[in-house]
Amino acid sequence: MGLKDDLVHPGGEPGGWPVDESPKSVFTTRLEKMVNWARAGSLWPLPFGTACCAIEFMSVVSAHYDLARFGAEVVRFSPRQSDMMIVAGTVVDKQAPILKLIYEQMCEPKWVISMGVCASSGGFYRAYHVMQGIDELVPVDIYVPGCPPTPEGLIYGIIKLQEKIQRGEPSRFQEIRAERRAAEAERHELVAT
Amino acid sequence: MAQFVADRLRERFPDAVQRVLDQRGDLTVWVARDRVHELLAFCKHDDGLRFDFCMDVTAVDYQPLGGDPRFAVVYHLYSLSTGKRVRIKVGVPEDDPVIATATDVWKATDWFEREVYDMFGIRFEGHPNMKRILCHHDFQGHALRKDYPADLRWRLVRPDDLVNEISPEEMERVRAGAERAFSD
Amino acid sequence: MVFKDAVITPEEMPRTTPVPDQHGQPHPTGTGQAAHAGGRPVAPRAGRVSIERFAGEELDELTEDPLSEELLVINIGPSHPAMHGTFRIKCWLDGETIVKAIPEIGYLHRCFEKMSETHRWQEILPYTDRLNYMSPFLNNVGFAMAVEKLMGIEIPPRAQRIRVILGELSRVMDHFVCIGTNLVDLGALTNFWYFFRGREEIYSLLEHVSGARMMVAYGRVGGLMRDVHDTFDEEVRGLLETLPRYIDDVDRLITKNRIFVDRTRGVHAISGEEAVDWGWTGPCLRAAGVAYDVRKVHPYYDYDKFDWQVPIGTTGDVYDRYLVRMEEMRQSLSIVEQAIDDLPDGPVNVDDWGVAPPPKDAVYNTIEGMVAHFKLTFEGIQVPAGEVYSYTEGGNGELGFYLVSDGGGRPYRVRCRAPCFAIYQNIGPTLEGCMVSDVVAIMGSLNIIAGELDR
Repeated sequence: MGLKDDLVHPGGEPGGWPVDESPKSVFTTRLEKMVNWARAGSLWPLPFGTACCAIEFMSVVSAHYDLARFGAEVVRFSPRQSDMMIVAGTVVDKQAPILKLIYEQMCEPKWVISMGVCASSGGFYRAYHVMQGIDELVPVDIYVPGCPPTPEGLIYGIIKLQEKIQRGEPSRFQEIRAERRAAEAERHELVAT
Repeated sequence: MAQFVADRLRERFPDAVQRVLDQRGDLTVWVARDRVHELLAFCKHDDGLRFDFCMDVTAVDYQPLGGDPRFAVVYHLYSLSTGKRVRIKVGVPEDDPVIATATDVWKATDWFEREVYDMFGIRFEGHPNMKRILCHHDFQGHALRKDYPADLRWRLVRPDDLVNEISPEEMERVRAGAERAFSD
Repeated sequence: MVFKDAVITPEEMPRTTPVPDQHGQPHPTGTGQAAHAGGRPVAPRAGRVSIERFAGEELDELTEDPLSEELLVINIGPSHPAMHGTFRIKCWLDGETIVKAIPEIGYLHRCFEKMSETHRWQEILPYTDRLNYMSPFLNNVGFAMAVEKLMGIEIPPRAQRIRVILGELSRVMDHFVCIGTNLVDLGALTNFWYFFRGREEIYSLLEHVSGARMMVAYGRVGGLMRDVHDTFDEEVRGLLETLPRYIDDVDRLITKNRIFVDRTRGVHAISGEEAVDWGWTGPCLRAAGVAYDVRKVHPYYDYDKFDWQVPIGTTGDVYDRYLVRMEEMRQSLSIVEQAIDDLPDGPVNVDDWGVAPPPKDAVYNTIEGMVAHFKLTFEGIQVPAGEVYSYTEGGNGELGFYLVSDGGGRPYRVRCRAPCFAIYQNIGPTLEGCMVSDVVAIMGSLNIIAGELDR
C-alpha cells in the first residue's frame, strides 16, 4: 500500500477510535493505517459554496478535472452525510451563523478546506460585512489560496488533506478540542486548589 | 429629446423642478421632496413621457463635499416606448431623512428603496416592508454613509425569528387564503 | 382554531382522485392533482381526509389532528442543495403548496459599493469581475464603458471588437451555467456535464488571453489589459466549431423532453406589462414578450452593424426562458463569427498616457513616460467631476453603473444596478400558489447570481 512504517499516533482524542496506551500490536497499527487510508480515499465533500469559488468547484467535479479520481466524487449537501466541508466563496457576517450550524451538524471525523482567499482571510474584501476568514468560526485544516484557485490548486489541496489523514494527524477540530479540554482541566484544577 | 422631457416636467411642476442639467448625454432633474411622488406618478402615466420602467433607485451622500441637503435620492427612469431616460434627484436633509415611497407607482422600487434605507438610513414613507435587506439584522448604522468606516463589522449574535416574522393579522389572512383555495 | 366547515367529505373530493368507498379503502397517497379553478394544481389534503376515513362519521374534537390546521414552515436556504447562490426563502406550506413566501437576501453582501469608494478607478475592475461571476468580462466592459463615458473618451475599434467577441463568449458561458444548473435541479445531470465541457473550452481561451480562467479583469478603462495573442483567431474559430455541438446536444435531449416540458411549461408565467413594472430586463423579460435588449435598442460597439436577432418568448414561463437563452447563445455565436471575420488592426488602448499606461520602452527611456507611469500608479486615473449612468446588456439584463466623480483618483460613488435585484423582487408574491418543486425550477430559470444580487 506504500504507507510509511512509522505511524504517528493520533494526538489528543481521536474521533471515535479508542486511545490505546499499551504497546501497539502489529494488528492494531495496520488497522489504523487501513482506517486512515479508507478515510482519505473516500472523502465525501460538503460544498458550502457561496460565490465564484463554487463555480470553480463545479469545474473540479466536472468531466475535465474530475474529482472522482480522488475518491471525492460523492458530493453530499447534507452535513450529516459528509465528512469534508469545502467552504468555497466569501462568507459574510450574515452567513456566519449558518456556516457554524452546518459545521456543527457534521459527524466526526470532519475536516474543513477553506477554498479561495475570501474563505481563508476575507480576500480583498476588507469590509463591514465580510468575515475575514472562516477560521474566526470553524477550525480549518487546509487553506487553498487563489481567487479563485485553479482546479489544479484545489485538487492539490485535497491531496494534501488526504496525505494529512493518511499520516494519522488529528484534524484541526480534534486539536482545538483537545486544547480546550486541556485548558478546561487546568482551570478545574486551579479552582479546586 | 431631453429638452422635451425637461420642458414637460417644468410646465407641469413649475415650483417643484429646482434644476435641470444635461451632461454627457444624461438629463438630470432636481425635484423638491414634497412633490416627488406626484411627479413620479406623472412621469409614469403621462402620455408624452410614459416612463414605464423604473431602472434604479439609489442615493448619494454629499456630506464631505459640504452638500446641503446631505443626501440625494436618485431615480433612474426609462421609457420603453420612446427610449428616453431621465434621472430624478431629490434632496433629503440629514435631520429628517424621510421621503415618500414610489412602490404604488412602480412595483420595481420595492427592494431598491429597502436598500437605500439599509445603506443610507433614508426611510420611505408608505413602504410595505421598510426593513434592512442586505446587511444582517444586528447591523447598526448605515454603511454607505460617508462617515461610516469601511471595515467596521458587527457580529451577528441573535438568530432571526423565522416563525414569528409574520404578524398575527397577516397569519390570519394567509390561513384564510389557504382555506379559500380548497373550499370552492 | 378548528376549521369545521372546510372538511372535505368524500363526495367533494377532487375528481382525479378515485372516490373511496365507505369501508375504509386506503387513500391513494401522492396521486390526484386536481386543477384548481384558477388553473393551478393543488395537492389533496391527505392528513385530513385520512382522519375522516378512520373516524367514519363527522370529525370529533378528540380525533381531530391538531396539526392539520397549522401551516408547515420550511426554510429553503441559504445553504441548500440547489445549485444556486446563497439566498433564502421562508415558505409557509399547506401540504405541498406554498401559501406565503418571504425571500431574504444579503448572504453575499460583499460591500462592492463601499470598496469602490476606497479604491482607485482601475482597482475597481477586479471587484466588478466578481459581481456576475458567471460572465465576468461583461461586468468589466460595463464598468469601463461607464468611466469612459464620464471621461468622454472613445476606445480604438480593435478594442471595441475584442470586447464584443469576449463579451459574447462570456454571455454564452453565463447561459451555459444557468441552463446547466437549472437542469441539474430538475434532475437532468447530463446536460450539466455537457455544458461545463463547453465552459472549459471558453476558459482555455480566456486563460490564454488574460491569464485567468474566470476572473479575467481583462477590460481596462481606455481599452484592454493587453493585446490578444497570435493564435486568438484560430482559437475563436475553433470554439465556433465546438460550442454549437454542446448546445445541440442539450437541445436534442431537453427541448422536447416530456418531463422537462411538463415541469416547466406554465410555471411562473408572467405578462410583459407586469415584468416591466417589476423592473425586469434581460432574457426573463424577453421571454415575457418584450423585445428590450440594450444591444439592439441602444447599440454600442457596432452591435447594430452585425446581423443578429433578439429571441423573444410569449408566455414568460420557465420553458420560454430556457428557449430564449438557448437561442441567445446561438445568436451570440453568430455575432462572434461576424466580429472575428474582420477584426480591425491597431492599438487596443486609447492613446492617452493619463488613462492607459505608456509602453515600457517609453517608461524606461523618456521622462514623460516615466512621469506618466508614476502618476498612474500613485494617483490613478483622474476622472473629471460629474455623474453618469451607463448601461450595457449583461448576462441577465441591463447592467447599469451610476458613477459620481468629484474629480479625483477615487470614485465618489459607484452604484451598480444589478439586473438580478429587480428580477428577484417579486418572487414572494409569485410563489404563492406554487409547489415547492416549482420553486427550484423558477429559481434556476431566473438565473439569480448572488454576487450580483447582493453586490
